Amino acid sequence: MKVSVYRYNPETDREPWMEDFEVDTGGRDLMVLDVLAMIKERDPGLAYRRSCREGVCGSDGMNINGRNALACVTPLSEAAPGVLEGRKPLVIRPLPGLPVIRDLAVDMGIFYEQYEKVQPYLINDEPAPAIERLQSPEERAKLDGLYECILCACCTTSCPSFWWNPERFLGPAALLQSWRFLADSRDRATEERLDQLDDPFSLFRCRGIMNCVSVCPKGLNPTRAIGHIRSKLLERAV
Amino acid sequence: MVTSVTNPGRNGLYDWLLQRVTAVVIGAYSIGLIGFLVLNPGLDYETWKACMGSLPMQMINTLVLVSVLLHAWAGLWIVTTDYLTRAQFGNAATGVRLVVQMLILLLCLVYLLWGLVMIWGGA
Amino acid sequence: MSIRTVTFDAIVVGGGGAGMRASLQMAQSGFRTALISKVFPTRSHTVSAQGGITCAIASADPQDDWRWHMYDTVKGSDYIGDQEAIEYMCSVGPETVYELEHMGLPFSRFENGRIYQRPFGGQSKNFGEGGQAARTCAAADRTGHALLHTLYQQNLKNGTQFYSEWYAVDLVRAGDGKVAGVIALSIETGEVVFFKSRATVFATGGAGRIYSSTTNALINTGDGVGMALRAGMPAQDMEMWQFHPTGIAGFGVLVTEGCRGEGGYLVNKDGERFMERYAPNAKDLAGRDVVARSMMMEILDGRGCGPNGDHVMLKLDHLGEEVLHSRLPGICELAQTFARVDPVREPIPVVPTCHYMMGGLATNVDGRAIRLSGGHEGEDQFIDGLFAVGEAACVSVHGANRLGGNSLLDLVVFGRAAGLYIEEALRQGMEQAEPSADDLDQAMSRLRRWDASEKGESVADLRRELQETMQNHFGVFRKGDLMAEGVNKLADLRERIASARLDDKSQAFNTARIEALELDNLLEVAEATALAAQGRTESRGAHSRYDYPDRDDENWLCHSVYDPKSGKLGKRQVNFAPRTVETFQPKVRTY
Repeated sequence: MKVSVYRYNPETDREPWMEDFEVDTGGRDLMVLDVLAMIKERDPGLAYRRSCREGVCGSDGMNINGRNALACVTPLSEAAPGVLEGRKPLVIRPLPGLPVIRDLAVDMGIFYEQYEKVQPYLINDEPAPAIERLQSPEERAKLDGLYECILCACCTTSCPSFWWNPERFLGPAALLQSWRFLADSRDRATEERLDQLDDPFSLFRCRGIMNCVSVCPKGLNPTRAIGHIRSKLLERAV
Repeated sequence: MVTSVTNPGRNGLYDWLLQRVTAVVIGAYSIGLIGFLVLNPGLDYETWKACMGSLPMQMINTLVLVSVLLHAWAGLWIVTTDYLTRAQFGNAATGVRLVVQMLILLLCLVYLLWGLVMIWGGA
Repeated sequence: MSIRTVTFDAIVVGGGGAGMRASLQMAQSGFRTALISKVFPTRSHTVSAQGGITCAIASADPQDDWRWHMYDTVKGSDYIGDQEAIEYMCSVGPETVYELEHMGLPFSRFENGRIYQRPFGGQSKNFGEGGQAARTCAAADRTGHALLHTLYQQNLKNGTQFYSEWYAVDLVRAGDGKVAGVIALSIETGEVVFFKSRATVFATGGAGRIYSSTTNALINTGDGVGMALRAGMPAQDMEMWQFHPTGIAGFGVLVTEGCRGEGGYLVNKDGERFMERYAPNAKDLAGRDVVARSMMMEILDGRGCGPNGDHVMLKLDHLGEEVLHSRLPGICELAQTFARVDPVREPIPVVPTCHYMMGGLATNVDGRAIRLSGGHEGEDQFIDGLFAVGEAACVSVHGANRLGGNSLLDLVVFGRAAGLYIEEALRQGMEQAEPSADDLDQAMSRLRRWDASEKGESVADLRRELQETMQNHFGVFRKGDLMAEGVNKLADLRERIASARLDDKSQAFNTARIEALELDNLLEVAEATALAAQGRTESRGAHSRYDYPDRDDENWLCHSVYDPKSGKLGKRQVNFAPRTVETFQPKVRTY
């Protein structure tokens, strides 16, 4: 099968280019990461990130045939119709909207900065009890679909609002985490958190495009979380 | 928190609400107007003028005019901040954005005055 | 040669659970702390831990007692876990788990609002007399993920300075052997920097990648142990590798023991629940070594499943959709992604897979690295300036076999303990070792060697050969002659790796260079494992030999100590002197 990979080495290339590789997968429905590893054996210079190879560490987010996904849990059969059969090339590019360091490795700096801006940690200055803080299963259930985020950036880098305003719009991943703490019955910083979000950009630049929902490899729904935060702001204001 | 001085509502939530509320006003007015036209097939100029010239309609039209302009301003402000950025214009982005925003604002003001003259100008 | 130097009070190498718990402790008390990690910290392998963190918080059972947990851990270790360290871990455990909860870790809950606990293998009540206990605190089946993210968040809050995507190359030691920091290279730019520090903490995790089939992340290349061995420091119990019973067959992806804790069980090709034969009481929740061996016996006796009869099945469908989706959502996802089966309807094909390194750098409970001397209790000397925590360390709380859920506890308890000790030592004026230019030069030699390489074999080929050697010669069952063969192959590999080539010598994000440097570490760990496995002439815990099928307490109720300078295997006494409870005497280990 043909694999087309985005290449850019800042030391030798003036511009990025696409390199085609012929890879023999023996018809097996491998994961995209396996195919990259086969290419890397031939060309060790190919740069990409990877760690857990099971979809929980969030290292290998990349753009596969036009769609952001984790290479390690995307089988060829799901990359795009015809890829597995060799009728169509597998096309791998870095995540869009972030500066490329080399090949498929992007500079995640701005993504992490936006995450840090939402104060992604529990704030509760009340004296802690000698045991755990109690939380009912119902209260805890509110965190399901939020805490599972792996910070792979698939969602944020698929969001046009983030492409236009990466410094000012926090992006779906950070906002999902913001809601994860707003929704936590143990957190005490609701007002402070909401104050931080009530400007025209940080949160309100979400236009409900929902690319984030369609690409999230963990099946999470940042758009819904953003809606919850907006309702909270509204509740407070009217 | 991102600070901004040019946005219509001075805060994210009010901008957002403003767009929604004005949209509802415009939507309701459009439906009403279409309904009026459908229910009055042989509408002539005199009937139309009498209707629009009545005090309640003058007030409604004023509200709709203001809504349309606020809606346009809020929407176009967002368009300018999405597309007239550093990514397209480099360091000149702020200047370009400010000029375009001022032009839009000026146009809105012109439309407002013109509209008010039309609604309340009699004749 | 000149090299940029950055100075800190303490540096931590490794951004997993242990490293971040240690850095958090020191950052909280205001010391200048840097955390060097070759991946962004939440990409560390702790993120893959699923089932939970075992600890007697007495939530599932109000009568639960940390001493019962201690008993289980000592028994699980096949009696070569150090009892003082196990006592410390089990007794301090509840405090550290509550701390995690207060930091915001989203534990699952019982109806009364307390932390949810599930049964895990090897757990008992009342010192083995009271039946199965439920002692593993869980956040669904994503406990490691929840724990790692919580610790990262707390480090952000407390101002730890992160050096993400920096790779530690080698230790820097002053002439007197004191550790002065590490040489590390920025993956993004290729810049090489000397991180100078009064305390250097290795939290570099395991090295499962020495085997070709492993549950471990691709980054688990034993960098800390490799660096220490290269510096001539000894490693302890390196023959003890845990094979997790349930890795997804053909992929190696982990399926948590929590599946069996929630009521799942293993079946052979006849549909028989075979663990009833091997462990009549604990059945599928016997120690991991016992279950893994039983599975291998079934497979070797021709009762394996699939066309090649090379795996068994983990049955979960009887638990029902609701339990599976609420308690084991991650497993359902992994089973569908990799094995392409839906556990709600079909069993998951599983096979014992390399999972955890019980051995590592010997430390005391404060994380201080031990320079093993005469090998007798009380004669231990410490390596000044060097600490190790987590999987890279061998405290030893896991002995010859780790119990499920004890690794996360190990990480946070000893990460915290090392942090506490270093804080105090820094306050007392712990000294900075001052390396000479020659010392620095020596730490740079490996980098230079790869950068000067031109001919030789490729890193990928050598790595594959090394992994296959370990897989075939040092697997679940071991045999003297087979291991001798393996040792020879490794010696040959050592020569070939020393002259292997690096094709890509560019600076920016050169992952080829990182993989080459990792290969050196894999080799060090593999060789230590091989020689220790060959040297321990008995079967104990995870180390199981055909030619020495029995436990030999007379000769081997001790730690093995591999000395990289001589290549010889020594012994070190196990600690049998807990402070507050009676010693648990070795007994025949049955489940």
